[in-house]
Amino acid sequence: MTAPPTIVEMRGISIEFPGVKALQEVDFTLRRGEIHALMGENGAGKSTLIKALTGVYTIDSGQIVVDGAAHAFAGPAAAEAAGISTVYQEVNLCDNLTVAENIMLGHESRRNGSIDWRDMRRRAKGFLARLSLDIDPGSSLSTHSLAVQQLVAICRAMVVDAKVLILDEPTSSLDAYEVQQLFAIMRSLREEGVAILFVSHFIEQVYEVSDRITILRNGLLVGEHLTPELPRLELVSKMIGKSLEALEALEGSTGHTPSEQTGAAPIAQAIRFGRRGTIEPFDLDLFAGEVVGIAGLLGSGRTELARLLFAADHADAGHLVLDGATVKLRNPRAAMRRKIAFSSEQRKVEGIISDLTVGENIVLGVQADRGWARRIPRRKADEIVRKYIKALDIRPTNPETRVGNLSGGNQQKVLLARWLATAPRLLILDEPTRGIDVGAKAEVQHLVAQLATDGMSVVFISAELEEVLRLSHRIVIMRDRRKVAEIRNDETVGLDDVVELIASGGQA
Amino acid sequence: MRNLNAMGLVRHRLFWPLAALIALLVANTIRTTSFLNIRVQDGHLYGALIDILRNSSPLILVELGMTLVIATRGIDLSVGAVVAISGALACSFLASAPNPNSIGTVLVACGIALALSLVLGVWNGFLVSVLGIQPIIATLVLMTAGRGIAMLITSGQITMIHSTPFKTIGSGFWFGLPAAVLIAGAVFAVVATVTRRTALGMLIESVGINPQASRLAGVQSRSIIWIVYAAAGVFAGVAGLMISSNIMAADANNAGLFIELDAILAVVIGGTSLAGGKFSLSGTLVGAFIIQTLTLTVTILGIPPAVTPLFKAIVVIAVCLLQAPIVRSRLAVRRPARPVPVEVAA
Repeated sequence: MTAPPTIVEMRGISIEFPGVKALQEVDFTLRRGEIHALMGENGAGKSTLIKALTGVYTIDSGQIVVDGAAHAFAGPAAAEAAGISTVYQEVNLCDNLTVAENIMLGHESRRNGSIDWRDMRRRAKGFLARLSLDIDPGSSLSTHSLAVQQLVAICRAMVVDAKVLILDEPTSSLDAYEVQQLFAIMRSLREEGVAILFVSHFIEQVYEVSDRITILRNGLLVGEHLTPELPRLELVSKMIGKSLEALEALEGSTGHTPSEQTGAAPIAQAIRFGRRGTIEPFDLDLFAGEVVGIAGLLGSGRTELARLLFAADHADAGHLVLDGATVKLRNPRAAMRRKIAFSSEQRKVEGIISDLTVGENIVLGVQADRGWARRIPRRKADEIVRKYIKALDIRPTNPETRVGNLSGGNQQKVLLARWLATAPRLLILDEPTRGIDVGAKAEVQHLVAQLATDGMSVVFISAELEEVLRLSHRIVIMRDRRKVAEIRNDETVGLDDVVELIASGGQA
Repeated sequence: MRNLNAMGLVRHRLFWPLAALIALLVANTIRTTSFLNIRVQDGHLYGALIDILRNSSPLILVELGMTLVIATRGIDLSVGAVVAISGALACSFLASAPNPNSIGTVLVACGIALALSLVLGVWNGFLVSVLGIQPIIATLVLMTAGRGIAMLITSGQITMIHSTPFKTIGSGFWFGLPAAVLIAGAVFAVVATVTRRTALGMLIESVGINPQASRLAGVQSRSIIWIVYAAAGVFAGVAGLMISSNIMAADANNAGLFIELDAILAVVIGGTSLAGGKFSLSGTLVGAFIIQTLTLTVTILGIPPAVTPLFKAIVVIAVCLLQAPIVRSRLAVRRPARPVPVEVAA
C-alpha cells in the first residue's frame, strides 16, 4: 500500500498561553482518505492542536500546509474556506430550526435576494443521502435523537466541501448501535478521500475505526503510529507518560493492608446498576471501613458511576441496595438522607457556592438536610465550622471569608468539610485532589485513609493512578463507560497491572 | 487612617443609594424650606417625610417579595395584577356586604383577598419551580390575565365603597403614625426575621448563586422557590388592600399599574443583582424611598407628573452606574492606590 498523499502538514507548531506552553514544536500529518486518531489525557494539547488547525488560535511558530499551500489562518472562516470542517463535542446546532436550515446555515440557497427554500431542502436532502440518512429535511431538529443530530452536524460540516473533517469526541453521547452507524459513515467518507481527524477517549473505538494514531502529552508530540502496530498497553503508558519500568519503580509505596472482610454485609450494593448512553450496568459492593478506588482514563465512566450512586443522575437499569434493602433514590437529597455524600469533580460548578462564606458553605449540607425552617443553632454551627476549619486546616481560618476567594485546595477542603459534617456512611469523592497543590493533596489523601480507618466507606476517584493505588483496598477499573475489572489491592498489585487492565479492558 | 475609613464608607453597598436619597431630600429642602418639618395634629404626625413613608408602603411590600424572588434568579411581573385583583376582591366583597362598617366584615374581606393572592403566588411558584418555565414568561401569564380577572370581579366597573375600618388600612393612623407605614414596617420586620433567623435567607442565596451545586448539596430548591413566589403574591395582596383603601375604590385597570417595574427598579437600586444571589432587604427599603421621594419631588417642583418616568430613569441610571463594577474600578483608579489588606496564611 503506497502512502496516500498528504493533505495537512503541521510542522513545529508552538502555542504559548500566559504561563503555559500549550504546544511545543508539535508535528502532525494528515493524509487523504485516512482516519487519524488524536490521543492524550486532559491538558495534553489535543484541543489546542485542533484549534490551531481550524484557525481559532494563531500559532506562535511553525507552519501549516494544507493541500500543498502554506496557510496562516486568520479565523475559523479562513480554515473552512481551505476545506477544513469541524464538528465539536457539544452539538453546535439550533434545536428549534429544521434539519435543512441547520445543514445549510450560512450557505442558504438564494434567489432574487430571498431564500429559495425548495432548493435549500433539495440540497440538504442530497447531503443527508450522502450519509445514508433518511430523514425529512423539513422536520425540526429537536424531534431527532442525539445521534441523528450528531450526524446532521457532520452533514453541516460537509456543506463546505470538506477535505478535512475534524470530529471532536463525536461518540461521547452515543450508544453502541449509534456508534456503529457513525463509524459506517466515517468509513464511507474515507472511501471518498476525506481525511478524518478523530478525537475520542474510547480506546476500543479508536482501535476499531482509526488507521493511524498520534499521541500528545503535556503539549509535546509523543509519537505517531499505525494503529495495528501499536499495542494498547503501549498507547496507555504513552498517554499517561510512564514507561513500564518507571511504573514498576513507583510501585511498593502503597504500604497499607486491605481491610479484613469478616463476612460483614456491604452497606451499599449496586446490582446491574446503569443508565443508557452513560454507563453500562455494573455490580459493585461497598463495605464499611474500605476505600474503593475507581481507575480509568478520562471519559471512561468514573464520574458517571459516582453520579449514579448519589442519584445526581437517574439510573434506568438495575437497582441499589442499602443495608440489605432495595432503595429508589429520587434525588441527591434522598441519597443524603441515606447518609451518602458526593463531592463533584467540578468544584466551581457543582461544589462551592462562591458568594457565600466559608462557614455558610460548610454548614450548607447539614442545613439543607434539616430544611430551612430548622436553622442550626448558632452555637452548634460555629462549633461545626470551627471544628472542620481546624481539622482540615482550612486557610484563611476566618469563617466569614467569601469562599470564592480561597485557593483551590482550600475550597476542596471546605467541600470535604461540608460533607463530613453530614456524617456520611458512604463518601464518594470525585477527583478530590485535582488542581490543588502538593501539600493539600497529601492532607486530603491522609484524611481519606483516616476516614476509612474510622469506619467510613469511601469511593475514591482520581485520574492519578498512583494515588488510587496508594489509598484503595480494592480497585475498580473503568473503560469505555463500562466496569471492566475489579481487583483486590495488595502488595502484588502494581501500577503496571492497573495500566494493563485499563489497556486490555480486563480481558488480559 | 481616617481617610481609610472614609473610603470604606464610600465602598459600602448602600453608600450611593443613600447618597442619592439624601441629595433628593436636600434639593427639596432648598426649594421648600419646610420640607423636613413634621407637625403634630390631633395626635397624628403630618409632613412631607410622613407622606413619603406612607406612599412608599405599598411599594415596599411589593418589593420585599420581589427581592426574594430576584435573589433566586427569578422575577415576578405579575405583582401589579395581583395588587389589582386583591383590591377588586376586597372592595367587591365590601360593596355587597350588608354591613361594610363592621370590623369583622372588613377582616373577612381582607382575608379572602389575601387568600386569593396566596393562591396566585402559589400558581406562579408552580409554573417556575415544578414546570420549570422561565420566570419572566411564567409570571407574564398572570400579569396579562390578572387584570382580566380583576375586571371580572368588579364587572368592569370602578367599585366605590364606604367602610371606615377599611379606610384605616390606607389612610388611617395608629399610634400617631399612618397605619400603612406600620403594616409595611411589620411585614418588613417579619421578612427580615424569617430570612435571617431561619436558614431561609441563606438557602435562597445558595439557590440563586449556584442552583446546580445547591441541588447536589441537598437543598430543596423547588420548595424554596415556591415559597418566595407565594410570599411575593401575599405581599402584593396586602399592597392591593392598601392602594384600594387609599382611594376607597377598586380600579381594575389602574391599581398597581407598573408597580412591578418600580419594584424591580427599587430592588436593583438597593444593590440586589438581577442575576440572583446575595440580597439586601435594607437596600430594597432605600430603593423604595428614593423612588417615592423622586415622585414627590416632581410634584413639588411643579413638573407635570407625566414627565416623572423620565426623572426616575435618570436617577436609576445614575445610581446603577455608580454601583457598576467597571465604573467603581475607574473611580478607584483615579484615587491614590491604597494598601491591599494581605490575607495572612498563618
